Formats: sequence, structure tokens, C-alpha cells
Amino acid sequence: MSNIPDHLQYTESHEWIGSEDDGTALIGITDHAQEALGDLVFVELPAVGDEISQGDPCAVVESVKAASDIYAPVSGRVLEVNDDLEADPALINTDPYGDGWLFQLELTDASELDVLKDAIAYADTLDE
Amino acid sequence: MPQRTPLYDTHVAAGARMVDFGGWDMPINYGSQIEEHHKVRHDAGMFDVSHMTPVNIKGEQARDFLAYLLANDVARLQTPGRALYSCMLNQQGGIIDDLITYCLDGSFYRLVVNASTRDKDLAWIGLQARAFDVHVEERPELAMIAVQGPAARQSLLEQIPVDYRAVAASLEPFNAAQVGEWFVARTGYTGEDGFEVSLAAEKAPALWDALAASGVAPCGLGARDTLRLEAGMNLYGQDMDETVTPLESALGWTVAMQDDRVFIGKDALLEQKSRGVENKLTGLVLQDRGVLRPGQQIITGYGPGVTTSGSFSPTLKKAIAFARIPKNATNSCQAEIRGRMLDCNIVRPPFVRNGVVCEGID
Repeated sequence: MSNIPDHLQYTESHEWIGSEDDGTALIGITDHAQEALGDLVFVELPAVGDEISQGDPCAVVESVKAASDIYAPVSGRVLEVNDDLEADPALINTDPYGDGWLFQLELTDASELDVLKDAIAYADTLDE
Repeated sequence: MPQRTPLYDTHVAAGARMVDFGGWDMPINYGSQIEEHHKVRHDAGMFDVSHMTPVNIKGEQARDFLAYLLANDVARLQTPGRALYSCMLNQQGGIIDDLITYCLDGSFYRLVVNASTRDKDLAWIGLQARAFDVHVEERPELAMIAVQGPAARQSLLEQIPVDYRAVAASLEPFNAAQVGEWFVARTGYTGEDGFEVSLAAEKAPALWDALAASGVAPCGLGARDTLRLEAGMNLYGQDMDETVTPLESALGWTVAMQDDRVFIGKDALLEQKSRGVENKLTGLVLQDRGVLRPGQQIITGYGPGVTTSGSFSPTLKKAIAFARIPKNATNSCQAEIRGRMLDCNIVRPPFVRNGVVCEGID
């Protein structure tokens, strides 16, 4: 079974988001997503300072098998990107919720978090 | 409902990720496709290739029939056990399939054809066979296991009863022999040494388990694809099909056209040759970050082209591809990836052979 931490929120397109009280959030892809994609070999991240909107494609992860778009779970400004992934994209496979994070956002509108799924609701989408 | 090979339960029990491949439920990987790839390059791995279809051709005119059916010349198979790679063409020179022919004796040959083209191949072979005194017989009850890598031969030899072992051990590359109840060929699709073993379906799981216990890594179709791409080997349906000829698919070396032998598609190939072949299938190495994929547009100084296969090469740690591009294009070109033009070097495959990157590949 894939790992779905309780303290994060999720999208149907298999991104996770970990939001903080200071209005920032880390974003990555779920254990289920990395497992389905297989060995990650290339990551294209947004630029620091980019303004992105909820639901927009804002990054690409590529495995040996296929390329996959990453959709912004919420709107915001990119504060930081995970530069370690350029040299070692497989961090997403080995630690999708930790060292394999993709980028950090400053949220535009915290209420956008309300439409995201909690761990239980996300797990339900995987069972269907 | 996809078909299952005799090793289906073995794959599932080993935690394989299964996918539909040409109507067959096959393992894509058992965990990490890249680890499986490296295992084959540096040690030994094994593939279930039971979805491939063996077809026996028997009869007085078996050799004459195959000389007419195939673009390569079975006369090159002078001794029993020899194997020959060939395309099977239509009258327009288009490739119906690529296959391996094993000579068992002068009136008994075995073809191994692709799973995805099985039905049309059998129909075509049956149609062409009507004019000859031959018997065409599919052998679907056989399982096939490919054991590949520098340590592969030794691993398989250890599974062969001592009485037969010397026969298998003495096989030269591209030769095969009946070894007890097994048909063992020193062939493969990875660019590494190894064997392909055909055996009774019910015996396959025991051999697979014994090989696994001796350290041979189960490998899926994912690793098989990156291995064959690095090795410069075409995949039917992707790098070639009925709309292209061997001359524009880097397979001119497999067409025996010099003598007066008549074979299906020969006239079309001669005409194409006299007209001039416009495109070639060749290799690309991406110089920027990114991954080459099938179907990407290529720009050269002589006109456009397209990638037919492409992936991340675990050995080069760069993206590589096959591309069909204008014949005169050399040195470098650009590939369009998500709207951006990225630089590629044009190289001559193979990219990797016997565990090492080939000269001139960068």
C-alpha cells in the first residue's frame, strides 16, 4: 500500500501540499504517483518568483517511461525550488514527502486549501 | 482480457508491475527499471519473452520458401543451428515484421515473430506458403526466457544437466542447439552476451525460480526497452512498420540484394535505391537537460525529421533516441521538447555494447 501521511493535503492529480501557519507551503508528488511513474530521471521546476495559479501546469517530472505534468494545488508565488533534484531526481522515488519535495509557494489565497483532499479522501480516490 | 504467459503467477508473486503489452499481461518492472537495466549490463538479468511466437517451417521446399519470403537470405544459414535476423516485407518493400530464423536442418526452420504482429504474420506466411511444398506450424505451447548479461551464460549453464552442458557452452554467438528438452540460442535483444531458452510451458517457472535463486535478476519490459535502445536495436511498430523499408530503417545490412534471388519486396527496394533513399534512421544524444521521447519533431539543416524511440539512457545518463531524418544530415540537429528547441548530436548506433559506451557516442 502506498504511504499517505495524515498531516498533508492532496489533489486528484497526485500532488501533495504541506501548508504552514505563515502562509507558505511545500509541494511534491505522492508516493502513489512516484510508484506509478517509476524511476524519475528529469525534473523541470518553475522559476523562483513565478506567479502560478491553482490548477495550472507548473512543473514536469519525467520517469524512464513517461513525462507527467505537475498541477499547482493552490495559487501563489514560488519562494524556493528543490535544486537537489537536478542532480538526483530519484530523491522523489526514495523520499517523496521529504527530500523529494518540488517547490515552495507563498499562498495567494489560503481558502483555496479548502477544496483539497485530506489523507482519507485521497486514499479513497486510489481505491476506486 | 489480455493473455498470460506460463510465468504470469511467478511475476505477480515477485511483486511485478504488470501492463498490457500487445494483448499480453507482462511485467514492466519488479521495482526499479534502472536497477534492472544495470544488472543486465554488469551481471545477469532475465526476461519472460514467452509472448513471442515460434513458428516452425518444415518440408522439402522450406529453404526455397524462406528465400522468397524473407529479405535476408537463408542460404547464409549453411549449418544447422545458425540464426539469421531478417525483415519480412510486403510487395511495396514495407516491413511486415522483423524476425529471427533458426536453421534446424535443410528442411526444418524455426521463425520467432513478434507478439504484436502474430496474427498478420501468420496470415501472410500462410498465404505465401500456398505456392510451396511446406508445412507452417505455430508452437504456442513453448515458453521463452532470455538470460542476458556478462554473467548470464554461466548462470544458465549451471541449470543444464552435466550431460548436455558442453553443447550449450560451445555455442557461438547467433547459434542455437537442442539441449536436452530445451532449445537454447546464443541470441538476445540487449547488446550483451546471453542465451534465449525455449522450453515446455510447465517447465518454465522452475527454471525461472532456479535462475532467480542463483542471483539472476528478474527484469521487465521497461529495462528491455532501454537496453535494446542503447544497443541500437529497432522495435517493430515504433521504429519501423509497413510504411517504411529496411533501407530507411538502418537495416540495409539485413537485405541480401546482390545476387539474382527473387524475394518479396525486392523490386520495390531496387527502385527505391535507384531513385535514392531520402531518409535514414539514426541515433541522437540530447546535449541539454530533458528526455527524448518517440514522436518529437527534429530540425536539421536538410529538413525535418522525427524521433521513433527515445528515453533516458541509464548507461550514458543522458537522453538518447532513434530518429528518422534526411540522409545528408550529420553532426547535430535540434529536437522540439515542449515547445523548446534543444540541441542533439547525431550519432551512429549502437550507443552501448557489452557494458561500455561505444566510440563516438557523446
